[in-house]
Amino acid sequence: MILDGKCPSGPLSLKWDKHRQDLKLVNPANKRKYKIIVVGTGLAGASAAATLGELGYNVEVFCYQDSGRRAHSIAAQGGINAAKNYPNDGDTVYRLFYDTVKGGDFRAREANVYRLAAISNQIIDQCVAQGVPFARDYAGYLENRSFGGAQVSRTFYARGQTGQQLLLGAYAALSRQIHAGSVKLYPRTEMLDLVIVNGEAKGITVRDLVSGQISSHAADAVCLCTGGYSNVFYLSTNAMGSNTTAIYRAYKKGAYFANPCFTQIHPTCIPVTGDHQSKLTLMSESLRNDGRVWAPKKQGDTRHPSEIPEDERDYYLERKYPSFGNLAPRDISSRAAKEVCDEGRGVGPGARGVYLDFGDAIKRFGKEKIQERYGNLFDMYKKITDEDAYAQPMRIYPAPHYTMGGLWVDYNLQSNIPGLFVLGEANFSDHGANRLGASALMQGLADGYFVIPYTIADYLARTSLGKITTDNAEFKKSKDETESFTRKLLSINGKKTVNEFHRELGRIMWEYAGMARNEEGLEKALRLIPQLKAEFWENVKVVGSGTELNQELEKAGRVADFLEFAELFVLDALQRKESCGGHFREEYQMPDGEAKRDDENFRYVAAWEFKGEGKEPDLHKEPLEFENVHLAVRSYK
Amino acid sequence: MNLTLFIWRQKSAGESGSMQQYEALDISPDMSFLEMLDVVNEGLIKKGMEPIAFDHDCREGICGTCSQVINGTAHGPQEKTTVCQLHMRNFKDGDSIYIEPWRAKAFPVIKDLVVDRSALDRLIQSGGYVSVSTGGVPDANAILIPKSELDRAMDAAECIGCGACVAACPNGSAMLFVSAKVAHLALLPQGRTEAARRVCAMTEEMMKQGFGNCSNHYECQAACPKGIKVSFIAKLNREFIKSLGKPSGSL
Amino acid sequence: MIKLKELQIKGISMRLFSNTVGRKNLMALSGQALIAFVIVHLLGNFTVYSGALNSYAERLHSLPLLVWSFRLIMLAVLTIHVLYGVLITLENRAAKPQAYAIIKSQKATFASKNMIWTGSVIAAFLLYHLIQFTFSGVPGRDLFSRPDVFGMVVQGFSSLPVVLVYVASITALFYHLSHGIQSSFQTLGMNSEAAMPFIMKSAVIISMVLFAGYSSIPLFILLGAVR
Ligand SMILES: Cc1cc2nc3c(=O)[nH]c(=O)nc-3n(C[C@H](O)[C@H](O)[C@H](O)COP(=O)(O)OP(=O)(O)OC[C@H]3O[C@@H](n4cnc5c(N)ncnc54)[C@H](O)[C@@H]3O)c2cc1C
Ligand code: HEM
Ligand code: HEM
Ligand code: SF4
Ligand code: F3S
Ligand code: FES
Repeated sequence: MILDGKCPSGPLSLKWDKHRQDLKLVNPANKRKYKIIVVGTGLAGASAAATLGELGYNVEVFCYQDSGRRAHSIAAQGGINAAKNYPNDGDTVYRLFYDTVKGGDFRAREANVYRLAAISNQIIDQCVAQGVPFARDYAGYLENRSFGGAQVSRTFYARGQTGQQLLLGAYAALSRQIHAGSVKLYPRTEMLDLVIVNGEAKGITVRDLVSGQISSHAADAVCLCTGGYSNVFYLSTNAMGSNTTAIYRAYKKGAYFANPCFTQIHPTCIPVTGDHQSKLTLMSESLRNDGRVWAPKKQGDTRHPSEIPEDERDYYLERKYPSFGNLAPRDISSRAAKEVCDEGRGVGPGARGVYLDFGDAIKRFGKEKIQERYGNLFDMYKKITDEDAYAQPMRIYPAPHYTMGGLWVDYNLQSNIPGLFVLGEANFSDHGANRLGASALMQGLADGYFVIPYTIADYLARTSLGKITTDNAEFKKSKDETESFTRKLLSINGKKTVNEFHRELGRIMWEYAGMARNEEGLEKALRLIPQLKAEFWENVKVVGSGTELNQELEKAGRVADFLEFAELFVLDALQRKESCGGHFREEYQMPDGEAKRDDENFRYVAAWEFKGEGKEPDLHKEPLEFENVHLAVRSYK
Repeated sequence: MNLTLFIWRQKSAGESGSMQQYEALDISPDMSFLEMLDVVNEGLIKKGMEPIAFDHDCREGICGTCSQVINGTAHGPQEKTTVCQLHMRNFKDGDSIYIEPWRAKAFPVIKDLVVDRSALDRLIQSGGYVSVSTGGVPDANAILIPKSELDRAMDAAECIGCGACVAACPNGSAMLFVSAKVAHLALLPQGRTEAARRVCAMTEEMMKQGFGNCSNHYECQAACPKGIKVSFIAKLNREFIKSLGKPSGSL
Repeated sequence: MIKLKELQIKGISMRLFSNTVGRKNLMALSGQALIAFVIVHLLGNFTVYSGALNSYAERLHSLPLLVWSFRLIMLAVLTIHVLYGVLITLENRAAKPQAYAIIKSQKATFASKNMIWTGSVIAAFLLYHLIQFTFSGVPGRDLFSRPDVFGMVVQGFSSLPVVLVYVASITALFYHLSHGIQSSFQTLGMNSEAAMPFIMKSAVIISMVLFAGYSSIPLFILLGAVR
């Protein structure tokens, strides 16, 4: 089937305005009669729930953490893009749009990305009004910095805690609505199923993580804002609880999953130190503004970095990509680091690492200035590695970080299931095959503050309201299924812990579907994953009961979904016989090792439809039309 | 290295708990404190025993979820460090480590080391925001904020809402948390208009939620992983006194 | 207009007496008033050394209106201080129902954690002190037929147990103030990050001076240095 993204027609810059005029409105007096479920309190969820609450809808919002403020958006460090052009360095909405589309290797919808760029400025205004303390200069004006993949300074930041400050802003807006009674919050509640009635999304089934109680909630529309699935790799920069459960179970209920293999490996993370490692820590990309990336020229060079003379260092990014240098986009920098390590030139434990050196920057600006810019990152680095990055270069290595894939949505952020909307990292929409730095925060807030309020109204205005309650048979069925799923996990009582399975899955995924992929490896993964899945269902050990706080049970459910989802992921990677953005197929590369896109055959969104347990999913394609940009080879040389 | 752990185990809110002894063997100094507990938990699960429940999520010191009192100190011995960022190199082979949950009336224990901190959310709900709705706001550069003011606001805004201040305060007071929010917003022009109402509402709510009063023990600052200073409590106190001349609005 | 004003005033007093910070403000204000009294009282008592105590006492007592209004105000201040001190302490205890197995203070001091006890010692002492010197009336007259306060004091402090009670109570006062003074500045927001170390130090110095000054009187008298 050919999918339709329902992009409006007309000139690019007028599409959104025109579309908004065409969207239906909900009568203000009726708004509070409509109930909307929002799952997730990250930037996307909190901003959506707050705004919908302000508009007068009756909103219920869910998160698995104990507080909405702890969603993983809180961890974003670097910044958020906007085309304000405050530094007067030539930025425009079009340029932000172009950079983002090009950064995504031309695998995103033009109309969506343009809308995102256009909304970006409003986001900054909104956040400042909420009291977000973005960095400012002495005169009181906002400051900007540059970020990977861009040649203008358009990134707004709040020290190294931009995500935290933006989320606290959205959380404050949400809290205000909770106080006003328009929004009800369910913390420590995990969504385990989507309920569909007559083909439309009408509710969810959740487990109260404290009491263990499984219950259903009915609504007129459901918004999933549940973040990314990088944890399919076990080790990633995501929070321990980040999962694919919400969107994967929606997929199993019929929502299409788009581009699952598009994942981003972030180049600057702290390398793994040992088997005990439970997660990886990102060192913000902004560090690459002042740090220079290098590796020893010689293989197996174990000298202390300070003993390696200048002419024996290979500043490989500057060498290979002279115009972008250390600011080359993420996928490119990551792969370059992998290459260097594959050549045996890596540093640190296991030789999986390269240096990010601040020596020159400290000489030029002084330690003070560097401390002011990145103090908290250097502190964090010290705590984890016990090394002082002011005195010796940081060691960094790529790590799974962001997932461009997600549930398929149209221009209205509505999935193929009417009434099911997907926002933020959970959808696939705006970043194509690779996300540029500082654009995920932008997308989450654009979706929540400025897109969903209009598009959901259009859906609601076309539905008959409030007819469906949890008495409906579909809810009962969903609840029963969820309960038996939980019971099953508890009853296996095997020998291996959930973590052991997760770690093993991670190893397979990192090895065969990580930074570089090839057919043979992917085929192998496709054999290994089902074996592991089968073993999981026979040999996993989950202690405790389902009627209390049981963190092992929570983990088990998430890993069970990762085990199934991994297969879909690999299938998608196998099907996409080209290299683009974060998806690098070794068979498809230029003579110089750069990614080789195949626009002729793969200029589409791959959207997968679940066909039943053990059955191959169906692939639907949404062709991508580029009317406004020229499909150039993505070069950062 | 090998360690002896004494950990608070409590099945549920209703039941009473006690300290239990565990051995943590073969621990690498590069592990984080939570990774050390992961190892202990894996061992317990293999033996068919229930693992120790503890809260955590980001494991990089920013979400404020992790919450353990280690040897009498909230978030453990290292200054300005959350439990998840505390590494085992801070301990010695053979050490005994006591691990307890946050303790305060406003934070009832849910299970083992997990407590209910939703009272902090209710403090924010009572007024920890600027009452602005989405849309219709001025250009971001139309509001000028001197760098010095902004930096101070940011110092306060860094609070991660972990509740260590409450756990460390002998009075179970949430004054540091509340003061961080009050100061962050009062220092910015966007938040000034509602400053009086906010400080009244939030301090009233603090009492309703069962937190204690502040008697300036300054334990909170010492425990705070983000280095939030008690000078913000003084700032809150000034804001309160300033509010006395004004009607307190929706109180 | 008037109505609005009334409302506002009610709002203020309500907030002072019921709000956690408001009550702390009252504690701090009353505490500072008590400190002022303690300082002035010490200066007055120092006249013991110059022999001018009796004439000081006589001059004071010749202004009954002033003395009594002053006493009433101090009584009110003390009542507020004690009542809220007890109430706040009870609330604070209730807010921390369970103690840690390992208790480690990083910043809280003996003084800060025992305000209620040092305060109670002071209260008990005050009762004793007033019974001793104020309620029982001055027993004799001096050569100039003034009430012989000096003689009463010297007489009182000739007993070791009495002096011990005094020194112990003054020690309690020392602890109470070593936390109380700086704390009251923080509570009233009359400080800044830069000024705080200075306030902390000055508070301890003032408490020590008060301690030395007050305990010197009974000690010197006992040792026979004042007669
Ligand atoms: C370390 C790090 C640094 C980053 N830095 C930047 C940056 O500088 N700039 C930038 O633009 N982007 C950055 N990103 C990416 C960006 O932060 C995320 O993509 C974005 O915040 C995702 O927001 P979200 O609202 O979609 O999801 P999240 O913030 O992940 O929120 C997910 C929400 O869904 C809830 N949830 C999930 N599953 C369930 C379930 N089953 N049931 C109930 N609730 C559920 C969670 O409780 C949570 O509330 C960074 C990401 C990481 C990991
Ligand atoms: C060693 C030192 C002290 C001496 C010699 C001393 C002496 C006296 C004397 C002589 C009086 C009676 C005055 C009169 O009736 O004219 C008096 C009253 C009083 N003293 Fe002290 N005092 C001492 C310490 C203290 C301390 C430490 C406190 C408080 C904490 C205190 C509080 C009072 C009060 C409240 C009164 C009653 C005042 C009044 O009648 O208005 N005194 N003291
Ligand atoms: C001369 C007598 C006294 C003086 C000068 C004095 C002074 C002070 C001062 C300055 C404070 C600090 C207030 C603040 O933190 O803002 C204080 C606190 C306190 N006082 Fe007193 N006080 C006196 C008597 C008493 C008495 C008689 C009691 C009780 C029986 C008492 C109980 C307390 C308590 C409990 C506190 C701590 C309140 C808190 O912050 O939690 N005090 N006192
Ligand atoms: S003030 Fe500090 S200790 Fe308290 S909640 Fe905030 S970050 Fe945690
Ligand atoms: S420790 Fe407690 S008493 Fe006040 S200064 Fe901090 S809240
Ligand atoms: S787990 Fe997030 S701060 Fe520790």
